[in-house]
Amino acid sequence: MIEIVYILCLRQLKHYWRSKARLIGSLGQPLLFMIAFGYGFGPMYAIASGGASFTDFLAPGIITMAILYTAIFSGLEIIWDRQFGFLKETMVAPISRTEIMIGKTFGGAIIAMIQGLFMLSMTYLFGFRIPSLGSFLMGLIFMFLIAIFFSGLGLTLASKMEDMQGFQMILNFLIMPIFFLSGALFPLKNLPNAINLISKLNPLTYGVDGLRGSIAGVSTSFGIYNDLVAMGALSVLICTIGIMLFLKIEA
Amino acid sequence: MQNILVVQSLTKKFDDFTAVNDISFNVEKGSIFAFLGPNGAGKSTTIKMLTTVLKPTSGEISINGFDVLKEQSKARESFGIVFQDSSLDEVLTAYENMVYHAVVYKVPKKERAERIQKALEIVGLCDRWNDYVKNYSGGMKRRLEIARALVHFPQILFLDEPTVGLDPQTRNAIWSHIRKLNEEQKMTVFLTTHYMEEAEAIANNVAIIDHGKIIEFGTVEEIKRRTKTKLLEEAFLKLTGRDIRDDNNGSNKQKMMRGLGRMR
Repeated sequence: MIEIVYILCLRQLKHYWRSKARLIGSLGQPLLFMIAFGYGFGPMYAIASGGASFTDFLAPGIITMAILYTAIFSGLEIIWDRQFGFLKETMVAPISRTEIMIGKTFGGAIIAMIQGLFMLSMTYLFGFRIPSLGSFLMGLIFMFLIAIFFSGLGLTLASKMEDMQGFQMILNFLIMPIFFLSGALFPLKNLPNAINLISKLNPLTYGVDGLRGSIAGVSTSFGIYNDLVAMGALSVLICTIGIMLFLKIEA
Repeated sequence: MQNILVVQSLTKKFDDFTAVNDISFNVEKGSIFAFLGPNGAGKSTTIKMLTTVLKPTSGEISINGFDVLKEQSKARESFGIVFQDSSLDEVLTAYENMVYHAVVYKVPKKERAERIQKALEIVGLCDRWNDYVKNYSGGMKRRLEIARALVHFPQILFLDEPTVGLDPQTRNAIWSHIRKLNEEQKMTVFLTTHYMEEAEAIANNVAIIDHGKIIEFGTVEEIKRRTKTKLLEEAFLKLTGRDIRDDNNGSNKQKMMRGLGRMR
């Protein structure tokens, strides 16, 4: 089991490492957001909040963004494999679909973590500082859970799809509301009730809240441990659904 | 002679169309078995069911004594397959493709390097083991796929159109690798091909399928004698008719017409 998960992850890492365009491209957008929003809204936020630092608020959101994009797009790998025939090689091997789903989810999550950690080190340049080692470790757990959840979600969606363009369209349609209504860019406190409700149904809200609470020391809306339980439970749920759908794939 | 593959009353239906209709046959251990038929006759559907890619509607398949439906993992460990279309990862090197295969087929870690090297030797790719697959030619990719299918020591090797789209020299080389494999390693080979003269030259036993039914079964000589022909190709034409087939069978045609209706 462990070795099979390992080889599936290793293959994904090799793909990632050998595609330099993907490596750089998926970091461009979060960086742009960091600069545009950081400098654009920073002063306004400082006035409105009575002197709080917007960088402290924004940095966890941008790290989340880098993870979200990379993780959810790891579903592309399956569609890619199907188009180029490699999926058959994996599907007729004497391994279970559960192993395939877990291996691919971890592979996607590890790559997303690398992107997230790279983004975290970039925020250092913008003056973002993590208060302690403990909060860094807590932050790592949240980053990992966000990565697992969205990697699992991407794979679950991809298991039902055949064409790359369609998959990309659906993801773009999904990612924007998930990202904007997660509290990554602005506080959710004073939103209208309807939007507030939607944001509470958004899994990423708990990821952002928990990550912000742990690495930025900003007070959280739901409490770090509640966030942890919510993200953990959602990750297990999505992987279970993914495994069930994987069982139905015919190569 | 022991049978390595036993197929009984195998049937596959897609909606109201029967692609494979109650076929039964055996493949002897150590033989080369050619499974022939015109396009759309049910060849690919059959090979997909034999290799666990498709679930049969009814019937039984046993490979190396394992029931393909009930003991899927054991059955999968018992065969190697080279698909009609490439199934290599082109971003990886040849060796990395082989290692991936060895791991998912649970080849013990200590034996991996040696087995991979041996398999690459059989198909003559030892000097190119560290190249990216995307830099390989069509014939080299095919040979690599055959080598890959050998790493877990299968009892039977399925080859779905192994020489399609290749030049005559490469085709020749591939068949000689396959023959060597059969003679030296005693590997049972199950193959499909469009080239009748190639099937005639290499196969011990032949089954001809048309409209989802096996219409002829036996050695090449037996078939030629029964159909009173000199070449397997002539026998094939006599049995299946000379009209041109395409992959559009009846149900596909209906589907296409429905699709056209929707477009209007």
